[in-house]
Amino acid sequence: MIEERFDAIVVGAGMAGNAAALTMAKRGMKVLQIERGEYPGSKNVQGAILYADMLEKLVPNFREDAPLERHLVEQRFWMMDERSHTGLHYRSDDFNEEKPNRYTIIRAQFDKWFSSQAQEAGAIVLCETTVKELVKDAYGKVIGVITDREGGEVHADVVVLAEGVNGLLGTKADLRERPSPDKVALAVKEMHFLPRETIEARFNLKGDEGVVIEAAGTISRGMTGMGFVYANKESVSVGIGCLVADFQKSGETPYDLLERFKKHPSIAPLIEGSEVKEYAGHLIPEGGYKAIPQLYGDGWVVVGDAAQLNNALHREGSNLAMTSGRIAGEAIFQVKSRKDPMTKENLALYKKMLDESFVIKDLKKYKDMPDLLHIQSQNFFLTYPQLINKALQNFVRVDGTPKVDKEKVTIRSFVSARSWAGLFGDAFRFARAWR
Amino acid sequence: MTVEAPIRVEDKLFQNRYLVDVGNAHIRVKPHTKPSAELLALLKVCPAHCYELNTNGQVEVTPDGCVECGTCRVIAEGNGDIEWDYPRGGYGVLFKFG
Repeated sequence: MIEERFDAIVVGAGMAGNAAALTMAKRGMKVLQIERGEYPGSKNVQGAILYADMLEKLVPNFREDAPLERHLVEQRFWMMDERSHTGLHYRSDDFNEEKPNRYTIIRAQFDKWFSSQAQEAGAIVLCETTVKELVKDAYGKVIGVITDREGGEVHADVVVLAEGVNGLLGTKADLRERPSPDKVALAVKEMHFLPRETIEARFNLKGDEGVVIEAAGTISRGMTGMGFVYANKESVSVGIGCLVADFQKSGETPYDLLERFKKHPSIAPLIEGSEVKEYAGHLIPEGGYKAIPQLYGDGWVVVGDAAQLNNALHREGSNLAMTSGRIAGEAIFQVKSRKDPMTKENLALYKKMLDESFVIKDLKKYKDMPDLLHIQSQNFFLTYPQLINKALQNFVRVDGTPKVDKEKVTIRSFVSARSWAGLFGDAFRFARAWR
Repeated sequence: MTVEAPIRVEDKLFQNRYLVDVGNAHIRVKPHTKPSAELLALLKVCPAHCYELNTNGQVEVTPDGCVECGTCRVIAEGNGDIEWDYPRGGYGVLFKFG
């Protein structure tokens, strides 16, 4: 197919792949990027929130032409039971700054733009092409890929695996394991279209201001999971995701869960009368620090979701992907500029640089959190949300009951559900995993 | 209380764009007489409802509406119940928004 030899082949045109391709192309490297979708972004799914800082490091003036939806001025966290929600809202006019910090985006549109940046820097992007296999030499060093095009073998000094959470290539080549059901969540999402003015009125926004709602509680039926509602310009992204292992155990169906979430009395008014234009499903890496696979080897590195780089607790994924792609690109460029071969020893630089970044530092901080939330899912996602919502209702409803009696009822409900030892134990375990 | 009709995921998939690679299914179920627990789980967990029981009680897959999430792969590829591949380049689901 392509006779020439490349400095690097990047598999995938998502956040991590585009960041890697752009970083290397900008430095004059000969980069081939291969994407199986019709265009970059056509296979990619996310909520989605974009964090400006990580993109600024790659495209400093991205605000001039990147397809952004709304900059976020407000974040809501909702703990839900069947009919109520207890919320924590943070809203600040400080976020109406000249260079806003966070935006909602639509991935299919954003990724197309992000890829165009890499192409302008000189990367060659080949779409509608699926990579079938990695090519290794007699010593086991990765030296290229085989695509599903005729005569589709291409060679390069290094292959960047940016193939996403469901990456087949790396597992087929025994570079890493297939994620297990307790290390990934399945999220389903719908795009609900509404007139801009309606969205602004319902979410209390002006102009391009945006809001995101993250919701947990009985909506996931005791499974480890979360729902979300993100306001875009003329659409609202509504989704819910839970651990695959929990779905497997519970026998819940993802679309029923989404329908029930949409019908919740706190959510339904936000999307009433909307026109749904897409339904998507996607896996999210949830294993955290302990699930990170081997990140490099002879002739290859792995970045983004394929490397399980996702901070589930902070709902940060694409920025970790983007940063790992950029760092991989920088490390590869350093090895190349020293005229060193792309061996495992030399590519260890990528891991070293990643360890020093917020990516690994953040994941390390929460290394015990996934286990805690998974083991205690019934408590954290059913019992506590119910108790807290009931306590708040008891607190705000005025009905002639003396406050002293109300407090007794609330305390008794917590103790009878979890016992004093359980309550203290949960608080202690949570604090320790957070630390 | 009213009883609601079950959600038809087919109606949701109808909103999506697909380019189906006719005759080249990217997911295959291994022939079996009695489905394993993993295969049975796919009947419910697949977000596109690609898996169904046939009249002989075996699990069948029709991946035309597949959203390529990989959930079934994570559950049932390891024990050999299914084979999972990506659709050929350009085929499969084509997200407009993603």
